[in-house]
Amino acid sequence: MTSQQKDIVIVGGGHNGLVCAAYLARAGRSVLVVEAAAEIGGAARTRELAPGARVSSGAHLLHAMPDDLINDLNLTAHGLKLSSVRLNTVSLNNTGSSIVFADNTVSGAEVTAKDKAAFARFDKDMNRFAKALRPVFDKLAPDVSIETWGQRLELLGLGWTLRKLGRYHMREFLRVIGINFYDLLDEYFDNAQLKAAIAMDALLGSEWGARSMGSVLTYLYRLAGYQRNGGMGLALPEGGMGALSHALAKAAEAAGAEIRTGARVKRILIDDDRATGVELENGERIAAGCVVSNADPKQTFLKLVNPDHLDTGFIRRIRNLRSKGKAAKLHLVLSGAPAFKGVEAANLGSRMLIAPTMDEIELAFNPCKYKRYPTASVMEIIIASAHDSSLVSSGQHVLSAVVQYLPYDDTPEEDANRTAFLETVLDQLEQYAPGIRAQVMAAELLTPRDIERQFGISGGHWHHVELAFETFLFNRPVPALARHCSPISGLYVCGAGCHPGGNVTGIAGRNAAQQVLRGGH
Amino acid sequence: MIANTANNQRPIFERPILETPFYESYKHLIQNDQYEEWSGYTTLASFANDGQEYFAVRNTCGVYDLCPMIKYDISGADAERYMNRLVTRNIKKMLPERVTYTVWCNDDGHVIEDGTVFRLAPTEFRLCCAERQIEWLLDSSIGYDVVITEVTQDIAALAVQGPISCNILKKMGFTGVEVLKPFQLGNFSLNGYDVMISRTGFTGDLGYELWIDAEHADDLWQALFKAGELFGIRMIGSLALDMLRIEAGLILVNVEYMSCFQTVRPNRARTPFELGLDWVVDMNKGHFIGRRALVAAQKNSLKRKLVGIDVDWNKQADGALLYDSKTCSRQIGEVTSALWSPTLKRNIALAYLDAPYYAGEKSMWAEVYLHRECQWERKVYECHVTPKPFYAPERKRLTPPEDL
Ligand SMILES: Cc1cc2nc3c(=O)[nH]c(=O)nc-3n(C[C@H](O)[C@H](O)[C@H](O)COP(=O)(O)OP(=O)(O)OC[C@H]3O[C@@H](n4cnc5c(N)ncnc54)[C@H](O)[C@@H]3O)c2cc1C
Repeated sequence: MTSQQKDIVIVGGGHNGLVCAAYLARAGRSVLVVEAAAEIGGAARTRELAPGARVSSGAHLLHAMPDDLINDLNLTAHGLKLSSVRLNTVSLNNTGSSIVFADNTVSGAEVTAKDKAAFARFDKDMNRFAKALRPVFDKLAPDVSIETWGQRLELLGLGWTLRKLGRYHMREFLRVIGINFYDLLDEYFDNAQLKAAIAMDALLGSEWGARSMGSVLTYLYRLAGYQRNGGMGLALPEGGMGALSHALAKAAEAAGAEIRTGARVKRILIDDDRATGVELENGERIAAGCVVSNADPKQTFLKLVNPDHLDTGFIRRIRNLRSKGKAAKLHLVLSGAPAFKGVEAANLGSRMLIAPTMDEIELAFNPCKYKRYPTASVMEIIIASAHDSSLVSSGQHVLSAVVQYLPYDDTPEEDANRTAFLETVLDQLEQYAPGIRAQVMAAELLTPRDIERQFGISGGHWHHVELAFETFLFNRPVPALARHCSPISGLYVCGAGCHPGGNVTGIAGRNAAQQVLRGGH
Repeated sequence: MIANTANNQRPIFERPILETPFYESYKHLIQNDQYEEWSGYTTLASFANDGQEYFAVRNTCGVYDLCPMIKYDISGADAERYMNRLVTRNIKKMLPERVTYTVWCNDDGHVIEDGTVFRLAPTEFRLCCAERQIEWLLDSSIGYDVVITEVTQDIAALAVQGPISCNILKKMGFTGVEVLKPFQLGNFSLNGYDVMISRTGFTGDLGYELWIDAEHADDLWQALFKAGELFGIRMIGSLALDMLRIEAGLILVNVEYMSCFQTVRPNRARTPFELGLDWVVDMNKGHFIGRRALVAAQKNSLKRKLVGIDVDWNKQADGALLYDSKTCSRQIGEVTSALWSPTLKRNIALAYLDAPYYAGEKSMWAEVYLHRECQWERKVYECHVTPKPFYAPERKRLTPPEDL
């Protein structure tokens, strides 16, 4: 039974799918978004944790979405309101000696003048490099083929951007891009806690520790996000991340797109080597001129597309992609404001980091390599209710934390492990915020495997596919998909697994829309 | 299962190379110890005299030990879909008890290998080839309900080839073997065990291949040679087989082309079109591995192609480079296999030619180096494109074969 005929059907209403839908609808195409979950937004969603208490259940900070995209799609008019921008970051210490990062400066009782000066220098150097990479991060991945002059110029342009850094900085860029963050930070700073706090920005959501090669790259990726967001820094949408997704959905719908939730795509229909629509789990078929998948590459190409239509080498590469997330999510409903050591009550709304030293980050990282849970984790904590009272009943707070590093646990002990680990995390938090355990009214821990279940991301990875050198630019996630097209004509990809990568940016969705409109292949 | 010859019973670290299940049966016929290795087995380049072995196939019956050929059994509910995507031919059109010659490609449309697919039953196939490639077969099975097993050691096989091969098989008691058409197979039995017989071979002549459980190898061999004794049956080695396959115009991996898994230099991997195998590629059957690359390749004219040539002289043009002129100013191709054909009395070769030479409308010359009494001489002979197969006797296709 074919129910509808659309120009474009988008599999998945994650933020990228919604951005893609909005751009395509604005270009006059008839667009249908089919989202498996009951709620749109993917990993950018707000969920009720306990009666009256809501939390950003995946991403909790908005920091990488281009300001021109927000303007283009009139998200403010469609209801996006930020409850706070440019959050400070506070690195916690269980002795109470915290370090505060505010608007490109760093302060703290134990931060020396030398380290402060080093931070200014570091920030300038890294931002310079991130800026050089921005054009490639913000646009379509460069095309490595050199068959046409356009393609050649594009590649030359990329080389030129780097060369423009100047001889010294270009060399420096090429040196640091390959090394690990641990060594790089050692070159600049003395204070161990300061180094660890900076390192967290390179490591959130990734599969590495500070000592892993390639960790400089993920840091620059993060900085490029701050650079493009129009100065909002770390921001919180009012009503949680889901509010952003809803604004995107409204923008798409205002342009004429249709969005259906609770509609899981079972397979992508292909006829004569061309995507012709989708079949839903309930058997319903939707015909379309082309299909854009917001789902991760593994799901798209190992589950939704019949292998009859794909080549073995391609499938092999998709299967070998690293996509097991290491980040877990902790959600707590608290009966009152927690008291973190070294954090004044007025600063409860800062982004708080638990990462005492880089060595402790490494120690938190090591066990996951052997499928074990850490005894002491590193965390990024957000108490959005400090800025946004709509999230909770009066007096209460919701705490949301990214907790690293957890294994992808598919053992039969998964449930017991989760329960035990939640206790470990709460004990750890208690050291930083004495009394917090007693305030917990509801608690939830989402392991990478839970994230996989809840958001439909294979492996539960923050970026769908690890953001690493081998899956970067024209290799992301695999060469054949780097420019959002796929081996099958009329089938496009627009999720975080594509160039440039994850985070709530909408860039992949926007670039994919551009390719669909071009009929690119 | 490995046949329990004395050598094969030695511990693996002392055992340099395996003997085939037939080795003990025929070892008394080995006169000149011309051994060569073939995928882990010791095989014979010739038993006594390669010329005589060659003529046995063209005139009476020659038997070639096929055991080292790599054999994969592929079965399961999705076996047909799996095979159809794996290889370039349309497997959906293939009936059970049929065999087909095909190639299979990687994503780039480059040939991994050529070989034969046996459809043993609706959901059971056997793939025969020269190189091991279980990884590719397994990775290709992601998403398919199939089981892939290498059965090289479990199955013993003999190629029984030549004008009186059918007579000998009938004499062994395989009644009905004569109704097998080319590329058809049938199931028979001998002394209580199963013998699968396919009308296939690598000689371009009338011929059959016999497939059994390795444990019955000696019994089959004895029965075959007893039945064939008075017909001049004889074992043949790879030298004779090579002459036969060149006359038949059949290509050989690592001679006419390298598997794309093994090439390192750019432009060494070959598409089926370059191998002159367009006829085994069904571009209209739906997707198969490498199809998109081949569609793209078809948009450009073919740069080079493997063809048959005749060389106007009587010296084999082994490894000769081919030129556009007698002065050898521009190279336009090269010979991959050359033979002075004893049956045709023609000097034939398989050669790659650049466009437009492969079309055969332009003249060309082969530069041949001859080693004569310890001195090299350079000769330039004119050559011409000629259709393949060079040799295809009527008996190859005739069913039932002539009762000789
Ligand atoms: C724990 C965690 C914390 C994070 N924190 C932050 C943060 O603070 N800031 C930030 O910027 N980023 C953060 N990220 C990353 C960010 O959330 C993701 O990179 C981003 O949301 C990915 O968006 P997407 O639209 O590409 O894909 P997704 O959000 O994964 O959307 C894909 C959608 O497709 C749907 N789908 C999948 N399969 C089907 C199907 N068969 N049929 C129909 N629909 C289907 C899914 O249900 C989902 O809605 C975090 C990620 C995680 C896991």
